[in-house]
This record gives sequence, C-alpha cells and structure tokens, in this order.
Amino acid sequence: MIRFTGVSMEYPRTGLALANVTFRVNRGEFCFLTGPSGAGKSTILKLVFMEERPTAGEVQVSGMTSSRMRRSEVPVLRRKMGIVFQDFRLLEDRTAQENIAFALEVTGGKRDAITAKVDRLLTQVGLAAKGTSYPRELSGGEQQRVAIARALVNDPVILVADEPTGNLDERATRGVFQLLRDINAAGTAVVMATHNLELVRRTDYRVIELNRGRIVFDSAESAAREDSSAPLPPSVA
Amino acid sequence: MRLTAREVARGFRRAPLLSTLSVLTIAFSLFAFGLFGLVALNVSRALRGIEERVEIRAFIADGTPIEAVSTAMGDIGAFPEVAHVDLITPAQALERAHKELSEFGDIFDASVLPASLEIRLRPGSRDPETVKDVAERLQTFPFIDDVRYGEEWVQKLYRIRNVAGAAGLVLGISFAVVAVIIIGATIRMAVLARAREISIMRLVGATDGFVRRPFLIDGFLKGVIGGLFALSLTWFASSIGSPVPLQFFDRTTAVLGVLAGGVIGLLGSLLSVGRHLRHV
Repeated sequence: MIRFTGVSMEYPRTGLALANVTFRVNRGEFCFLTGPSGAGKSTILKLVFMEERPTAGEVQVSGMTSSRMRRSEVPVLRRKMGIVFQDFRLLEDRTAQENIAFALEVTGGKRDAITAKVDRLLTQVGLAAKGTSYPRELSGGEQQRVAIARALVNDPVILVADEPTGNLDERATRGVFQLLRDINAAGTAVVMATHNLELVRRTDYRVIELNRGRIVFDSAESAAREDSSAPLPPSVA
Repeated sequence: MRLTAREVARGFRRAPLLSTLSVLTIAFSLFAFGLFGLVALNVSRALRGIEERVEIRAFIADGTPIEAVSTAMGDIGAFPEVAHVDLITPAQALERAHKELSEFGDIFDASVLPASLEIRLRPGSRDPETVKDVAERLQTFPFIDDVRYGEEWVQKLYRIRNVAGAAGLVLGISFAVVAVIIIGATIRMAVLARAREISIMRLVGATDGFVRRPFLIDGFLKGVIGGLFALSLTWFASSIGSPVPLQFFDRTTAVLGVLAGGVIGLLGSLLSVGRHLRHV
C-alpha cells in the first residue's frame, strides 16, 4: 500500500528532513507517526500524497512510484486517498455541505449522486444537522469532522492525517480519533502524525517514531523481532 | 462547465473590489494603448493623404505633335507603377497658376508655360527609388524636356513615414507589453487571493486543467469588459476631448481591440495561474 525505500529528503534552505527512511504500511493498517517537531513526520506525509518528491530513494503509494510518476498523475493518486490537516483547510465562504460537495464536483461527480453522498457522509461524521453551517459557525471538532467527511468523498484506500487533533480539546480529540478508528475498521489504512502520546498509549496500533529525519523506533519491527506484543517506544512508554 | 461558471461568479462576488480594480486596470492599460493606436491611425492617414500627392511632372518640348504625346501617354499609362497620366496643356497650366498663385497672376502668360504630363503613381510605388526610376524612364522619351518630382520632398516624406512607422511599432509593442505585465500582476493578485482554494482543490484531486479553467475564463471576461470600457473611453476622448476631428477605429478594428483585451486577460491568467501551480 505504502512503501518507503531508502528515502531521503533534503530541502534547499532547511537541509536534511529525512535520512534513508525505509518502512511499509499495509492495506487496512493504522499507523501513528510520532516524534518531536522537525522530526520529519509531515515530510513523510507530504511524500505519501506526492506534494514532495524524495531527493533519494523511492516512495510507492497504491501502485504508483515517485520516480516514474508524472505531475499529471498526482490527481489520480489523490483521488484514492483522503488528506486531513490540523488547520482543517475548509473554505470559509462555503457551508459544510458545500465544502464536502466541492471535493466531489472537482473530481467530476454527478449532481444527484453528490447530494446523496454528502448527506451520507455528514451523517457518518455525526453532523447531519449542521450541513448548512459555515465553518465559522462550527466548533474545532466539528470543523475537523467536516474535513474528514471531505477526505472520505472518494472512498479512499488510505487516509493521511497530519496532527488532526492538534487544535482540539480533549473531548473533541476523542470524538475525532474514534471517527478515524471507525474509518480504519471499515478497511481504510490510516497514517496519522501526532504529538498526542495519550492517544498513542490508548491503542495498540503500530507506532513509528522519528527523530531528526530517522526512524528511531518501529513497533512493527520490534514485534517481529521479539515475537511478542509490541512495546511502546521509549518516549511513549 | 456549470461548476466552472459558478466558480467564476463566486470569484467576482467574493472579491468585488479586486475584480473591479482588475477590470479598471485592464481598461486603463488598453485605453492608453487605444489612444496611442488612435494617434497612430490618424498620423498614418495624414501621411497617406500627403503621399497621394506624390506626382511626377514631365515637361513636353514645344512643337511636339499631339499624336506622339498620345502614344507616349498610352505607353506611360502601361507602366505597372503608374496609376494615371494626364496631359496639362499650357492653357490649363495657366489656369492652375492663376488659382494657386493668385498674387502673381499678372506675370503669368500661356506662352511661357509649357505643356506637361502629370503622372500619378499607384500606392506602394511612391517611394523615392521607384519615383526616381519612373522619372528616369520618362526622360528617355525624345520629346520630354525635363522631369520634376520634388526629389527632396519625396525623400523627406518617406523619412518621416519610416521614423513614424518605427516609433509607432516600438511604442505599440511597449504599450502592449506594459498592458500584459499590469494585467498579469492584477490577475496574480486574484490568484493569490484564492491560493487557499487552489491548494484545497489540488489536495482533493483536481487536475491542473480544472484548477486553471475558472481563472482563464475570469481573465478573459475581465479582459473583454476592460476592453469595452477602454473602447468607450477612447471614443469619448476622440470625439469630445480632441481639438481636431479624428478618425475613429472601424468596426472590425474595434471588435478586434476588445477581443485583444480578452486574449491579454487570458494570457495574463495563464501565466499567473501556471506560475502559481508550478509552486504548489
């Protein structure tokens, strides 16, 4: 599903962001990316949705390879995945319904099908009654739910979430996280970058910890080595 | 297409001030270009009027039989450069002299004015070299005493025409380039104002073509509206603001001018959005 092979990423101004990173995320897996600010979590996510191309190594996502992929193929990949950010990235002058519908219209959805799907997604994220509200009329948690509903419009096989709970209070965090777990339970792979170690501790999902652009801990590898239940990384335990 | 139209309308509605400023900027850029075009058109028309007066006068020796002159007129009229040939008799020459130089009327006498052939040239054959060449050929006729065509005057006229043409071309291109830059910058502001929307469109899987389309239509429409506004301003300036009567653009030129506004708007959008998309 997602495979990083010897991936390095160097920015001209800020220098090395990732150094020789190798890992894979399987279909239907839930994977946390943790680590301090600047560790390379967001860079990994940008490489997954091909906003960036690696300076060395290769990224493969859903059958598409970074080194062979043309710019015109990026939209094809993004229609197979959903992307969620800490700052929601909703269009302020559109209602919740319109924000979700917009993602379908952009990809050429039919009008009747769009209306039905938007209603279904709003119900799925628990906002059926708030479809006509503008983002400024919604709480942070509700805005993130709209963003998640928008990310689900194309029935993605991968959901990429960059600090989705970073701007939310404890209660909203729990709600949004439960939503992501439900989405994962329905078969979508979820890769979530987070600083919230409380969330990581609460589950037995896979954890990849990064520091200065390198993987310093991968619970999947530890589990394979020790053939036991995956221990938490030192920073989480 | 309906979505594209809606996005264009939304762009206008969301930033009405920026949209109005864009249209006005395009309008005033094209207005400056239009005013220059109007001046160029009228200068070129005036020069064409003067050019039409380029003529060659071949003086006929006294006592030349009229048959010989008639035959020569046929031959000269067959020159590809010649539009028409007229015979000016001494009496006609006297009449003209009285009319054009009335203060010297009493010193002219038909006996001192020779008959002559007045040769007018076709458009495109009035440059100094062609005029000189025709004049030299006329001199080969045995009964032609002298040929005059105001050599210096023709050369001066052509120099003015060439300088005016070159200046016009340079100024015209400069105005057009400035218009494209200003319009591009204006549309870039509109693109930047919608940068967030563009990044979201790309995140949810919109193709570059899809992202670009509303901006191109937006740029074209603003260009056409700006072009119409510029045309009205130019007309107003030419008919009311000018101390001398000026010829205005014909209908085809006016339509082409407005369409040029649209194309400039389209190009400005294409450059601005293209540049933006390469960086997101």
